[in-house]
Amino acid sequence: MNALAASAAPAIDAAATKELSHLDWLEAEAIHILREVAGQCSRPALLFSGGKDSICLLRLAEKAFRPGRFPFPLLHIDTGHNYREVIDFRDRRAAELGERLIVRSVEDSMARGTVVLKSPGESRNKHQSVTLLEAIEEHGFDACIGGARRDEEKARAKERIFSFRDEFGQWDPKNQRPELWNLYNARSGPGENMRVFPISNWTELDVWQYIERERLELPSIYFAHLRPIVRRNGLLAPVTPVTPAQPGDVVEELQVRFRTVGDITCTAPVESSATTVAAIIEETAVTTISERGATRLDDQTSEASMEQRKKEGYF
Amino acid sequence: MSASETLTPPAATTASANTIAAATPDSGLLRFLTCGSVDDGKSTLIGRLLYDTRGILADTLHAIERTSQKRGLSAVDLSLLTDGLQAEREQGITIDVAYRYFSTGTRKYIIADAPGHEQYTRNMVTAASTADLAIILIDARRGVLTQTRRHSYLAKLMNIPRLVVAVNKMDLVGYDAARFEEIRADYEAFARQLDIDVRFIPISALNGDMIVERGDSLAWYDGPTLLELLESAPAAHAAGRARHHDALRFPVQYVCRPQDSANPELHDFRGFMGRVEAGSVAVGERVTVLPSGRETRVREIRLLSADSHDSANEGQRARAVTGESVTLLLDDEIDISRGDMIVGPDNAPTVTRRIEAMLCWLSESPLDPRRKYLIRHTTRESKALLDGIDYRIDINSLERQAATQLEMNDIARVSFRLAQPLAVDTYTDQRATGAFIVIDEASNNTVGAGMIG
Repeated sequence: MNALAASAAPAIDAAATKELSHLDWLEAEAIHILREVAGQCSRPALLFSGGKDSICLLRLAEKAFRPGRFPFPLLHIDTGHNYREVIDFRDRRAAELGERLIVRSVEDSMARGTVVLKSPGESRNKHQSVTLLEAIEEHGFDACIGGARRDEEKARAKERIFSFRDEFGQWDPKNQRPELWNLYNARSGPGENMRVFPISNWTELDVWQYIERERLELPSIYFAHLRPIVRRNGLLAPVTPVTPAQPGDVVEELQVRFRTVGDITCTAPVESSATTVAAIIEETAVTTISERGATRLDDQTSEASMEQRKKEGYF
Repeated sequence: MSASETLTPPAATTASANTIAAATPDSGLLRFLTCGSVDDGKSTLIGRLLYDTRGILADTLHAIERTSQKRGLSAVDLSLLTDGLQAEREQGITIDVAYRYFSTGTRKYIIADAPGHEQYTRNMVTAASTADLAIILIDARRGVLTQTRRHSYLAKLMNIPRLVVAVNKMDLVGYDAARFEEIRADYEAFARQLDIDVRFIPISALNGDMIVERGDSLAWYDGPTLLELLESAPAAHAAGRARHHDALRFPVQYVCRPQDSANPELHDFRGFMGRVEAGSVAVGERVTVLPSGRETRVREIRLLSADSHDSANEGQRARAVTGESVTLLLDDEIDISRGDMIVGPDNAPTVTRRIEAMLCWLSESPLDPRRKYLIRHTTRESKALLDGIDYRIDINSLERQAATQLEMNDIARVSFRLAQPLAVDTYTDQRATGAFIVIDEASNNTVGAGMIG
């Protein structure tokens, strides 16, 4: 046995001894997670918004499952308040991949009466939870793959990669399943489901570096462009038909880009002249403001708003 | 929170931070955990590492500054970074392992921060399961304590390849070299029983000495800084020893059969998808499929490269190494499904229906010896019945005790009988094929973590 082992041991070529870069490692981990979802869950879905994190997820799904089709449809919960460029990109990307895209709309939930806004101007962002849970029930999804990262927010920092949600979609931070090695437990009962975050261990910089390495296409609003802006609470609020200027607002035309893309009413751009991914990576590497801190018009209201939304079934 | 747990602004400037962070890391990724309680300055150490490497951004820092002021603290309390949840603040406890990230430009780091008090064993075992290195903190005033032994034992049990013993609060013992040497001698006397690879370093997390910057107060110490130790430790995929030389372990996660594809070339395509958990694999090499024992050769290895998209023949590779997620195509048509393992021709794992293991019980419901549990090992599941508990370890004295059942945080030597054969290695040989979790089928909860050996 030993003699055999010695003679049969293959010469180690350069490729075998090369170290994996951090992106190689993160990619391999994410592919492994996606394949665990496919292997363990019977009706998963991948949440695709057209944003940069879920664009990375689609690339990882290609790496995980090609030349086969994805073993899940793409699902988008649309607040109706998304940028046109992002929605167009979403539809085009799904078509290019030849994968099925399911869109469920918060406006439909409003029409059904399951989402009731406190006022017509209230942000629909947190109400996505209701529409998401309705879509989960309608399709019987037992797992939803999302692009959340642990570096985004402190509630996320403590969330599992396979995060169990009860039949009300609630996350219970005190009662999470222990998650050891890469042995993921995706078991759930009827009505319950898992939220799975394959890029949990990625940072914003990792995402941009991966986009550059894989040469991934992005919606145009991620790059610097001119946009009418009102300064509010230290953030740049975009002036749009959904978020018109208020009396007394000073509207400025600024060169901005979006670091994160979501509901128009709660996502703010940052001032930037970066028109390429390489330029964005440079800015990201030296920024002093976190992604959510620079861009979220909603999470600043309370220290715990993400945690609260997650307990209510949010992504 | 004591005043010594707060951080003064760093003496260390981060003048080179821009160039550091903008450079592309090229020496991979290291996962480590920090062992110690709040009293040892664990939060301050993590805060210091994040702060001096620019892992904390200004707005995050301002938020915890505001909270520190609200609580009447004179300086920034960096433990607020790691105790984030409302549920925790309400109860004044730390619930769970939190993960933090920073990058030096040459390497990306993932810190697993396990709380020191509540459910300590369970949390440390969880955090240690993915760690390549552990930092064990000792308070220079208090020296080697029971908890130091406990942390070291768990690090050894979980087979963390490298330990760093950081003697912290050197500022409070006048940066005394003799005190450091005394603690080192104490620790070495005890660690000899455990047979572990240990590095020692004197630090002051509060003042930033010997963390990222050397500082001026520890001139007598000529070893590397903590960050230098981290930068030079073997990276995630190469942890422990020369893993690429190990025998191949490739648990099959998913079988790709795109019969319905429009491309007729794919009608006979059968790709076995998984991650190289140990060793490496090259096209043309002989492999064995377990548990069937059938042999064949590797025809193709696939992973879409950055340039390749989804056409049928792109992304072919000559070889795949430990840590990579790839697709294998084989020469012969063998029935292979999820849960099977493709291994190299030599040094095969043991295929067995009975395993002996060290088991850490993680659930509030005790282990019930009469019940059937589910064991998940690599990508395979089997029903399992407890065969016996040899002994339980007293985590403080490290003595063996008789036991008939196990409660949360207990660690014991046990054996299980299995309904399905598993292809196993000892945990000390291969983490990935020596580890398993125990699942309670009634609650679907993960209730135990096992190390075969």
